[in-house]
Amino acid sequence: MHLKQDKPDNRNVLDTTAQGVIGAPLTRPEGLLKVTGTATYAAEYEVEGCLEGVLVSVPIMSGEVLSIDEDSVLAMPGVVAVISDERLTGRAAQGTAGEAPFQPAQTVCYWGQPVALVVAETFEQARDAAKHLVIETRAQDVPVDPEKVDTKVEETTRTGDLAHAMAEAAHSVDVEFTTEGHASAAMEPHAAIAQWQDDSLTVHASLQMLKFNRAELADSLGLKEEQVRLVSPYVGGGFGSKLGISQEAVAASLAAMHLGRPVRVVMSRQQVFQTIMRRSETHQRVRLAADNEGRLTGFGHEARVSNLPGESFAEPVLQSSQFLYAGENRLLQLEIARIHRMTAGSVRAPGEAVGVQTVEQAMDMLAEKAGIDPVELRLRNIPEKHPANGKPFSSRKLAEALREGAKAFGWEPRPRKPRHTREGEWWIGTGVASAARVHAVVEAKARVTLRPDGTAVVETDMTDIGTGTYAILGQVAGEMLGLMPDDIDVRLGDTDFPAGSGSGGSWGAASCGSAVFLACEGLRKKLAERLKVADDGLTLKDGFVRWDGGEKALTELLDGKPLDATGHFEPGDSTEDMAISSYGAFFAEVAVNHWTGETRVRRMTGAFGIGRVLNARTARSQCLGGMTWCIGNALTETLLFDPNDGHLVNCDLAEYHVPVNRDVPDLDVLLLEERDGSASPIQAKGVGELGLCGGAGAIANAIYDACGARVFAYPMAPNRVLAAMPQN
Amino acid sequence: MRPFDYQRAERLAHAAQLTAQSDTLALAGGTNLVDLMKLQVETPQVLVDIGRLPLGTIEAEGDGLRIGALVSNTDTAVHPRVRADYPVLARAILAGATQQLRNKATTGGNLCQRTRCYYFTNIDQPCNKREPGSGCGAIDGIARIHAVLGASTHCIATYPGDMAVAMAALDATVEIASENASRSVPVREFHRLPGDTPERDNVLEPGEIITAVTLPAPVGGTQIYRKVRERSSYAFALCSVAAVIDLADNRFTRADLAFGSLAHKPWHDPRLADLLIGKEPSLALFDKAADLLLEDTQGYGENDFKIPLARRTLAAVLCEATGVEA
Amino acid sequence: MAISINGQDYPLPADPRTSLLDFIRREAGLTGTKKGCDHGQCGACTVIVNGIRINSCLSLAVTNDGDEVTTIEGLGTMAAPGTMQEAFMAHDGFQCGYCTPGQICSATAMLQELAAGWPSDATADLEAAPTLTDEEIRERMSGNLCRCGAYANIVAAIRDAAGEHA
Ligand SMILES: Cc1cc2nc3c(=O)[nH]c(=O)nc-3n(C[C@H](O)[C@H](O)[C@H](O)COP(=O)(O)OP(=O)(O)OC[C@H]3O[C@@H](n4cnc5c(N)ncnc54)[C@H](O)[C@@H]3O)c2cc1C
Ligand code: SF4
Ligand code: FES
Ligand code: FES
Repeated sequence: MHLKQDKPDNRNVLDTTAQGVIGAPLTRPEGLLKVTGTATYAAEYEVEGCLEGVLVSVPIMSGEVLSIDEDSVLAMPGVVAVISDERLTGRAAQGTAGEAPFQPAQTVCYWGQPVALVVAETFEQARDAAKHLVIETRAQDVPVDPEKVDTKVEETTRTGDLAHAMAEAAHSVDVEFTTEGHASAAMEPHAAIAQWQDDSLTVHASLQMLKFNRAELADSLGLKEEQVRLVSPYVGGGFGSKLGISQEAVAASLAAMHLGRPVRVVMSRQQVFQTIMRRSETHQRVRLAADNEGRLTGFGHEARVSNLPGESFAEPVLQSSQFLYAGENRLLQLEIARIHRMTAGSVRAPGEAVGVQTVEQAMDMLAEKAGIDPVELRLRNIPEKHPANGKPFSSRKLAEALREGAKAFGWEPRPRKPRHTREGEWWIGTGVASAARVHAVVEAKARVTLRPDGTAVVETDMTDIGTGTYAILGQVAGEMLGLMPDDIDVRLGDTDFPAGSGSGGSWGAASCGSAVFLACEGLRKKLAERLKVADDGLTLKDGFVRWDGGEKALTELLDGKPLDATGHFEPGDSTEDMAISSYGAFFAEVAVNHWTGETRVRRMTGAFGIGRVLNARTARSQCLGGMTWCIGNALTETLLFDPNDGHLVNCDLAEYHVPVNRDVPDLDVLLLEERDGSASPIQAKGVGELGLCGGAGAIANAIYDACGARVFAYPMAPNRVLAAMPQN
Repeated sequence: MRPFDYQRAERLAHAAQLTAQSDTLALAGGTNLVDLMKLQVETPQVLVDIGRLPLGTIEAEGDGLRIGALVSNTDTAVHPRVRADYPVLARAILAGATQQLRNKATTGGNLCQRTRCYYFTNIDQPCNKREPGSGCGAIDGIARIHAVLGASTHCIATYPGDMAVAMAALDATVEIASENASRSVPVREFHRLPGDTPERDNVLEPGEIITAVTLPAPVGGTQIYRKVRERSSYAFALCSVAAVIDLADNRFTRADLAFGSLAHKPWHDPRLADLLIGKEPSLALFDKAADLLLEDTQGYGENDFKIPLARRTLAAVLCEATGVEA
Repeated sequence: MAISINGQDYPLPADPRTSLLDFIRREAGLTGTKKGCDHGQCGACTVIVNGIRINSCLSLAVTNDGDEVTTIEGLGTMAAPGTMQEAFMAHDGFQCGYCTPGQICSATAMLQELAAGWPSDATADLEAAPTLTDEEIRERMSGNLCRCGAYANIVAAIRDAAGEHA
């Protein structure tokens, strides 16, 4: 079955089927493998005669590699080769690039760029030799600080006259913010094992988007796509960092091709930090103009981000600002500074993860000025249609999220005044923020096979990076085919399977789920044909097929032979005609220490509208993950770059502070009932990123409510809170 | 990691003899040394595993307590006498690292742990501590976690640990043995200021092994360890204060204070006790104490915040100990 | 001259540079124990040595001569998962699963530490026996990073495994 979705699908087929497993909070089918340490991640395959490679970086911010003295290490114990092939890549590919990232690696564009690979019999030998490899370079001075270069405008949206609206406004806010760079810091470091045999390459790798990665790798190596197979059934976290092919996979492949032996390359944690995508730091200005009742008449959001020269990606900070709130006079402008830090790219929820929280802080300030409850202010400013392009909104649960969230949290609706509650040394306060994340779906294919014994197999090269893909695809298929998910074998992460969407941009579930849905529709059609009944007259449940006038066991109908169908989903006009997004609201309570400015989040509630919930348990977990990231984003995470050579100084997990268990309190998640037929034929939208889009703003607002410190720089580390805290 | 010759020391004298050789280091819990060896910040040719020497017990010594150099940080923190008589020490240890690390980390290793300066741990950056004469990357770079007291133009690194800060407040003593001699050094004098030889963290000479730390007889009082950090656990201190405070008739009779992460050593300034003792606690007095403590501070941009933070953390601790309201 | 892992003896590595973590993963072939940072900064490599949990990445295997090591494989199998493993499944105490073996080893040892009365940074009274509050669990589990952000479910799983249904 092929569907290019040009129209909303409001049939809600999955509500009419009989199995009753869609949305159920089932446990993950791969859970047992994970909790027993049996799931195999990229570096863990037992491969006979595997060599070990370690990437070698150079400590210059820009320049050329003049020579690599292989003899400096070849005589060391166990060293087999130095790979300095021109096809080595110095950067990772951007998500969905589908072509080789920047080559050759020997042209150095940022401090710590890998330029060669040392291969040895054992890891210890390779790691030591990598430190001894003598590399001659010619370094060049380049800008590394985004504050010190001219910027270029990437994108501007202008309607009406914002300056005039600001001047005329009854209440206005005009504030600037900074956010620091972030790292994905997935717990599994980037790793690959490459095997080259009979002119074909097999790479076990840790990647999010195999269809694209295969093209990227083939292009990097000068191979045909058909010569490359990628295998990635378990991925130890991605968060954007594994969207594009990265240096270790290309290097391992080249080494295997040169040496005719399998080669494993695992990045050190420091290398992951220094060479994989960063989220750009941002400098933002938010302007809000409102009338007496707090209704927005003007909305401005400008942002400066950075990237390496030549990189296409610019952190899309303004993405949801385009439509989240009303205001007829608008100015949105994104500028980019070209500097030499490692590539900026997608880190979980690119854009909204840093763009929503600032708007939400400005809204809080406006609420205070206008003397309106901050929840009410937001409710008043939900636009009727997309403020810039006039498109209608598809299903949108923003108001419900604010109301339901407020109720669950115990929000007291009133105009707010900070410093109202003190417990010993701690100031206590609460804050709210809206959540928004644009929706996306991409082309995806999946094959579903009914086996003669009445069980089924789902196959797609889609990955499960922890989001619950194994679970939800089994549930979609189970619901459609009348089987329990236990009877469905979901096989993922292998380019030998039909090409899925890849996991990124929160589009995996809606895109691949739709492909599986379509494949199952195909199977239902085939079954109906066999029975000579209309396919919408079939009821499939518990391995039985029922129709008006009869019932048959599925196994009987299959008659000893497998039956398969491929689903092929493509986005069409339906996502073009409408403004489609997922929405939500965050509520946070914090305690801020009067003496030290340390902030602890005491509880947090998130209410989210993500379209159809495919598995309530894994969807909730995605939200918990996003909210946990909100805490890091708000309080602790910051990439620190040396002002002189641009190197990342805090390049490890001891000094880049992702939240620890104790940073995270009880988190309450509400999943709102929603179907969005414009978003996908299964009425689902994305969930993986929404939980991170705005929540740091709720924490910022809570800090203000607690102690009166308006902090305009993220993360709100103790020193920043203290500096902003009124002293008396 | 560079290849090295692994030797297990069977006796203390053997260990001392071996570590007297150049390019030789002692290995205790390994949680700092192995970390740095992987980065090739430390490149010993010989590694002497002292982990099985009989230095792993806690014993009464007079009215005080003697904690062997190889006692794990956990065993010290959970010891009933430490919890009862030296709670500031238990608290300091528990505020550091994680349970997994504390289970391995030892008394001696914790005292000798090296700085967390980002330039020190990156061998492609200049660092006078790692490579004397190469320069200091931090002074003109990112100095967020660096010293505001007692630094030099050669090095602005801090001693990053917690345990030793409490030991400095308690005026504990480090016991040191070499092949045929032994000596003791107060914890307060064990770590050095960087001066123009930042490569030396402390007063240990080659061939000297820490055998124990002795705690003087318990003094009671209110004992507090306060650690300010960027996340609620598993982070080094931005600033910490260890305090042993006693009052009689609402006047200080004891005010033993030590500060962490402000300097190349746990910072103990005897003038603070002199100022406080005999006086009635008040916010104004605490401010004066902070003035004295911070008389000669210097910030390096990113770490300027530590100066007001130290002032406030000191006030917080003194308020908590004395009941003065903020 | 051997290390016992889950009851089976393995001869010490030839190269003294080998960490206990690499020894477990490569030489013993037990890849359930994970490498997240190799520097004691994440807890993914947590194993239980002679009854206590440590970061195996910072232990040189040669120094573990004679030690008894328990890894995730020693806490249960696919056919017979352990209580903590089942609790993690039931509460969705993981997402990508990479930190999970370390979390489970850590949690298992943590309950024993608590039973032995060890205090933590979250313990109000150093001299009283600590109780299994959520705050205690959080502090004691803070040596195991989970970037997927499964902490809230991890706490619930541990509470459950400890028999304190809440
Ligand atoms: C991620 C991380 C976070 C941490 N957080 C904290 C924290 O918050 N607070 C804190 O205080 N610490 C922290 N630590 C540091 C930890 O406490 C130290 O690594 C530990 O105390 C070192 O003890 P060890 O026995 O493992 O030392 P080793 O690594 O074995 O040795 C360290 C040094 O001491 C020398 N040495 C060891 N024993 C002796 C002896 N008896 N005589 C002479 N020299 C000796 C060694 O030669 C070596 O140079 C952290 C460590 C890590 C990895
Ligand atoms: S502060 Fe000290 S340790 Fe850090 S770079 Fe400078 S000299 Fe080295
Ligand atoms: S791998 Fe050992 S703590 Fe991260
Ligand atoms: S489950 Fe992915 S890091 Fe914890």
